[in-house]
Amino acid sequence: MIYLDNAATTLRKPDCVAQAVCAALGSFGNDGRGVHAGALSASRIIYETRERLASLLGCARADHVVFTANSTEALNIAINGALGAGDHVLSTDLEHNSVLRPLYRLQQERGAAVDFLHADTVGRIDYDDFERLLKPNTRAVVCTHASNLVGNMLDIARIGKFAKEHGLLFIVDASQTAGAYPVDMERMGIDVLCFTGHKSLMGPQGTGGLCIREGVELRRWKVGGSGVKTFLTEHPGELPTRLEAGTLNGHGIAGLHAALGFIESVGVEAIHAHEIALMRRFYGAVRGIEGVTVYGDFETDARAPIVALNVRSYASDEVADELSEVYGIATRAGAHCAPRLHCALGTREQGAVRFSFGYFNTEDEVDAAAEAVRRIAQ
Amino acid sequence: MREKTMKLVVTFHTTAGAMAMEKLCRKEGIEGRIIPVPRCITSDCGMAWCAPLEARGDIERAVEGRDIDLAGYHEVMV
Repeated sequence: MIYLDNAATTLRKPDCVAQAVCAALGSFGNDGRGVHAGALSASRIIYETRERLASLLGCARADHVVFTANSTEALNIAINGALGAGDHVLSTDLEHNSVLRPLYRLQQERGAAVDFLHADTVGRIDYDDFERLLKPNTRAVVCTHASNLVGNMLDIARIGKFAKEHGLLFIVDASQTAGAYPVDMERMGIDVLCFTGHKSLMGPQGTGGLCIREGVELRRWKVGGSGVKTFLTEHPGELPTRLEAGTLNGHGIAGLHAALGFIESVGVEAIHAHEIALMRRFYGAVRGIEGVTVYGDFETDARAPIVALNVRSYASDEVADELSEVYGIATRAGAHCAPRLHCALGTREQGAVRFSFGYFNTEDEVDAAAEAVRRIAQ
Repeated sequence: MREKTMKLVVTFHTTAGAMAMEKLCRKEGIEGRIIPVPRCITSDCGMAWCAPLEARGDIERAVEGRDIDLAGYHEVMV
């Protein structure tokens, strides 16, 4: 199989990831529950993983890195923990449902208001719309770093500057960029950064989290076991415990720890350069094929390594199935949990076929995928 | 049971705080180890850093200016 669905999850991980998970399965006790060798093995690796994430993502404090099961959970914690009735929120058409649905629910159940910056047919927003949509009760900007559908990246530093100028909380979904593109919370003015461990961070599924700027207070979303302050009736208020009730996915986090070590050794810039080179190679090969429509903004390399396309008027799921069954190429068809952007692109009915490239893909795989598209389009 | 002696016990609000302290002390060559929080300090659960009494100055200097979620210093028989 040629795996080109890395925006959904990176299937191929560095070898050290599986080794670390297996080692943890045979040695980890429960983090923060006791101080015997097993419990401490877990606690040490989990803490070091917080340090590695803080370093990678520009979070000032390792103990402000909170683990969750994935980005969706992290975004729910951030959005529901910071916003409520009477608040106005700015977001964009590029968002995944992991941002959209918590915002819609905030509207429906708590009476918050949300305005979305519209995307054009290439998936670009007009940054001046932030000023135009600003209201006296605007409380936050919630947006993705890069579209999971077309790969377009938002200028996070620019939006962060806007948020800071207007005293807004800035929550960013880095699901498509953490580990594969330089992210610096401090430099970009991000208050809460949500990430998942299993995509470009190359760790196991079931890992993710939030990086929280010091001083940002999020309401507790779940409460329970903490390993500390047992006789308090209220769940402890200090981070990371504040937002981490219950046993963590220590085994998964051990894998993420190893993946972060791999990323440190290779370098985020080198990973980005490799993935974008593959994306460019594929884009260059398919963009001129008659009957192929490519979506997104390819004017800059500041983007996620994604090429979304359609072939003639064929249903995207049929093309993806043809790619899988005839050519052994794994892509993702359909709507990609990105309903607003599909509407903006005009692909609500057809969907699109998304090719997303990862660090372990090769030029030969890219060429084979482009040739398959060419044949399907004939 | 082992004989108890007077020691310095540093407590934290979170497990992450205890881990940060252990890592810092190992790096700085400060003697000590993680122990369960003695029940004479609190009947809550949790981890503490246990060190010889004379290590207090080194520890205080090491944590100065660092974001370690430290709850308190105690001198107790452990």
